[in-house]
This record gives sequence, C-alpha cells and structure tokens, in this order.
Amino acid sequence: MLEVINVCKTFDPGTVNEKKALTGVNLKIDEGEFVTVIGGNGAGKSTLLNAVAGVWPVDEGTIKIDGIDVTGIPDYKRAAYIGRVFQDPRAGTASALGIDENLALAGRRGHSRRLVWGISAKQRAEYKERLSDLNLGLEDRITTKMGVLSGGQRQAVTLLMATLQKPKLLLLDEHTAALDPKTAATVLETTEKIVNRDHITTLMITHNMHDAIVHGNRLIMMNNGNIILDISGEDKKKLTVKDLLNEFEKASGEEFANDKAILS
Amino acid sequence: MRSISPLTNFCTRGAYMGAIGEYLSSLSLSGLLSRIPAGVSQGLIWALMALGVYITFRILDIADLSVDGTFSTGGAVTVILIIGGMPPALAVLIAFVCGLVAGTVTGLLHTRLGIPAILAGILTQYALYSINLAIMGFKANTAVSADKYSLVVSGRSVNAAIIVSICFVAVIIALLYWFFGTERGMSVRATGCNQQMSKAQGININLNKVIGLALSNGLVALSGSLFAQYSGFADVNSGRGAIVIGLAAVIIGEVIGDAILGKRMNFAFRMIFIAIGAIIYYLIYTLVLWLKMDSNMMKLFTSVIVAICLAVPYLKNARLNSFRRAGKNSQTAVGGKKDA
Ligand SMILES: Nc1ncnc2c1ncn2[C@@H]1O[C@H](COP(=O)(O)OP(=O)(O)O)[C@@H](O)[C@H]1O
Ligand SMILES: [Mg+2]
Repeated sequence: MLEVINVCKTFDPGTVNEKKALTGVNLKIDEGEFVTVIGGNGAGKSTLLNAVAGVWPVDEGTIKIDGIDVTGIPDYKRAAYIGRVFQDPRAGTASALGIDENLALAGRRGHSRRLVWGISAKQRAEYKERLSDLNLGLEDRITTKMGVLSGGQRQAVTLLMATLQKPKLLLLDEHTAALDPKTAATVLETTEKIVNRDHITTLMITHNMHDAIVHGNRLIMMNNGNIILDISGEDKKKLTVKDLLNEFEKASGEEFANDKAILS
Repeated sequence: MRSISPLTNFCTRGAYMGAIGEYLSSLSLSGLLSRIPAGVSQGLIWALMALGVYITFRILDIADLSVDGTFSTGGAVTVILIIGGMPPALAVLIAFVCGLVAGTVTGLLHTRLGIPAILAGILTQYALYSINLAIMGFKANTAVSADKYSLVVSGRSVNAAIIVSICFVAVIIALLYWFFGTERGMSVRATGCNQQMSKAQGININLNKVIGLALSNGLVALSGSLFAQYSGFADVNSGRGAIVIGLAAVIIGEVIGDAILGKRMNFAFRMIFIAIGAIIYYLIYTLVLWLKMDSNMMKLFTSVIVAICLAVPYLKNARLNSFRRAGKNSQTAVGGKKDA
C-alpha cells in the first residue's frame, strides 16, 4: 500500500542549520497494516510522515501509494489518498466553521469542490450517526463552531474527518500527545476502533512506548533520520518497553533520548 | 465702575459666543434631514464595497489594499463605456468583471510569485492608478450626465437610487450567502481559517485565495461603478481610503449586530449588518459635513475609529493576560502568605 524507497530530506542545506532529517529511508507497508512509530526527539518521525503526505518535495527517493508514484504531487492533491491527524488539536479543523461544515469539507477530500450547496439533509444525518459513534454527545450539536470544542473533542472530530471517506493511508502524528491522559486514552481507543472496523492502513507516531507496543501489528523505531528497528507479528506481541530500550541502544549505540517515552 | 480688563474680556467672550450662535443658527435641522436620503443611498452603494472588504479581511484573513484602485477602476470603466454608447447596465457588469481581473492579479502576485498579500495589494493599487488614468484618457475625472444617459442610479433621483441600490445589496448578499454555503465557498472559508487543515483536506488554497480576492475586488468595482453614476462623474482618486471605509463599515456593522443579535448572529445577518454599517458610516459623514467640519478631517476621524475598534479585542485579551497583572497577582500572593 505504501512504498517509501530511499527517501532523503535535508533541511536548510548548505547553512549552519543544515539538518539531514531523512537519510535514505526504505519502508514498505502492506494493505491493512497498523504501524506504530517511535523514536527520540528529532529522530525524523514527523519528517517521514510529512514526506509521505507531501508537505514539501523530498530531495531524493520515491514514494508510492497503492502503486501510484506520488513523489511529484503536492500535499493537497495527495490528500485524495491520505487522512491526517496532527499533534496540535487546533491544526486539524477549521475553528470558525461548524462541526457539520468541517465534516462536509472532509467529505469532498479528493473530489472537486463544486458550486452546489455544501451539506445535504442526507449528509447531515450521516454525520450525526458517525458522531454518535464517538460517544461525546456531539451529534446533538452539529452546527456548533469547532472552535468552542475541547482539545479531545477536536481530535476525535479530526479523526472522524480523516476517516469519513476511507483513506488509503491514515497518518497520525502524536495525535494524543497534547491531551490529558484520560482523554488521550479515549481518543486512542476510538482510533483503534475505527482503524480496525474499516481496515485502514495506518502509520501512528507515538511518544509512548507502551502504546506503541499495545496498538497496531507492526512497530518501527527511528533514529537519526532512519529506521533502526522493524518488528511485526508474534515478535511484536511479546515486546516489552525494556526490550525496546535495549534494542535502541544496540542499534544506535546511544541511550534513548526521550524521557517522556520511558516514564509513561 | 468697571475696570477695563473685565470689559474687554466680556467683549471677546461676547464675540466668541456670538460666533457660536451664528454657527449654530447657520445649521438647519431641515438641511440635515433633507440630506439623509442621499446619505442612505450612497451608504447602500458603499455597502457593496464593504461586503467586498469583508470577504478578504474577515473570511480570507488578508488585508487587501488593491480595493482602493479597483473602486476607481469600476467608476472609470463605467463612465467611459457609457459615454461610448454602451447601455449602463452592461457597463456595470463589465466594471464588475474588471474588478475580478484586478483581484486575480493581486491573487496571482501573492500565490504564484510569493509576494506578501499586503504588498501584492499595494502593487496592484499603484499600477491601477496609471491604468485608471489611461482608461479616462489621462484626465483625472470624467463626467457622465444623467440628462444624456439613463444611468442605473443617479443622485438626481435619490428615491429611485435608494430602491435600485437596495436591490443590488439584497441580490449580492443572497448570492454571497449561497456561494459561501457551497462546497467551493465553504472551502474558501476554510482556507481563510486554517491553511494546514485545508491542505490536508485536499483544498487548493492558492486557487481559493485568488477566488476570494477576485470576488472581493469585483464587488468593490461594482460599488465604484454605481458610485460614479450616482455622483455623475468618475474620479481617479475616488477610491482613496476604500479599504479603511470598508473596514469601518464592517466594524460598525459587527458591533451593532453583535449587540442586537448576540449568539443568534449568522452569516446572512452579519452581511446585512455590514450593509447597515456602511449606511451608518455615510450618515456620520453627512453629519460631519452638515456640522460644517472640513470633510478632509473625515479620514483622520475614520482611521482613529477603525484603529480603536481593531485594537479593542487585542487590548481586552492583553489585559487578562499581561505581565503587569501577573506581577500584581504575585505580590498579593506573597503578601497573603505573610499575613497567614
Ligand atoms: N521544516 C523544518 N525545517 C527545518 N528543520 C526541520 C523541519 N522539520 C523538521 N526539522 C528538523 O528535522 C529533524 C527531525 O525532526 P522531526 O521529524 O520533527 O522529529 P521527530 O522524530 O521528533 O518528529 C529535527 O532536527 C528537526 O529540527
Ligand atoms: Mg514529531
């Protein structure tokens, strides 16, 4: 479903701030796989997701989604294949628009934006049903402006928007990191539910090693702009946080530089 | 016996009072009342401009300065075409299209060439000054007489002008309400609100910015077209300050609308109140003229009002969230501990 072939990205090349953020990454993800991504701060996790989403062009390499080479396509066109949820709850929705309008915008992702009325009665009923799946009571207030919702509610709606039409690929970048632990757990549970129900191919970055082990069926670890560990199947089920830390030290020769990941 | 100095004092004061009295008696209330209908009809024409400014400033979150140029363009194009024999209604339509083109230029300068929006607008405005002059054969103004042509609106028949401009404003508000509710229009609103989200939802934000800027300038040119016909001439300087006047109307309308409707304010009401804001602005302008103040002071007055209105939300927030407040809180907390 997703093929990342020898992808390189350097930020601010030729300056003192030059940063090789991706150094020839190779990754192949099959349809229906749920991959969790961990790694220290600055390891290149977000950069990898941004490269796949097409936020900027990569320096080298190829990115294919479902066999289609998307390397030369900008983000707003790649969005036809990709659903995204960001770390910042404010990033994923338009706060001045209603919940229903945000969903309607997501409903046209990958289609032309026509000069026809944006929300039909049928769509509104469908949105209500989808919102009720979230168990947040949002179905009773679907014209409420997005901006007045809490961070957790916004992330849940963003998740719904990303999956309203089944994406070929779902990209989650620490989408629960800005939430309090209880809300984070709820949003993660919803994520798991939707991904499993619709069999969505997913890449989920998390700073929490425990979450990375519990969720998904494959785990990759990044360091210094590349993938240093890739575990799936039975091996992943048996993993412990301690194993991961050992593996990290073995593969990188450094200590794991993200206290948050170890402590939580 | 009175000493001399209080007497002279009395005399000057008398002269002063006399001047005020003369001034007051020179103002006739009926004069003011008779000017109100004209003020309303011109306010309605400016409402179209205010709606254009609203699209860029509030919906797209761009301060577009090209409008100062496009307002004059609308007038110049209209007057020259009418003099050339075109039916006035068609000339209005072409003025609107010229506004669309000018807005598109600003949009392309911004999105294709990476020029900051505010500067792109200034460049277009500056270029339009030459273009507007060229349209009018390098004369600063050109007259179009209501006697010779059957103009769409004219200051000669104010009541008819009010009815026609109400129709224009109503139709434009209805069309904008419809457009911003369509799939495309909704995506333009999203673009102005959150670009990252818009891109993630597959929205071409550059295209939408161009659409918004074009639409806005189209409306401003439409306003300029009607304004030129109403006043009976096109002037290359007529658009000066259009952005500020438009903003003033938007702000007046929003303040009044929020006060009256509060949470029930929706998009349609918002646009209606902006039109009302434009009328109120023009009535204030009429009042200023009636008070025999120099109309050139109106620009200073408008700028001060707009600056205050734009600053209020910021200052409100800053007051709740200031270092001084934090410092005070800290001192009272320390003081409290000592007492305990
Ligand atoms: N847009 C950018 N411009 C410059 N440097 C960037 C940019 N995005 C990321 N980087 C740098 O690339 C490295 C990898 O960042 P990132 O992928 O965000 O790490 P993480 O694994 O924590 O998500 C970091 O050193 C970061 O500072
Ligand atoms: Mg990151």
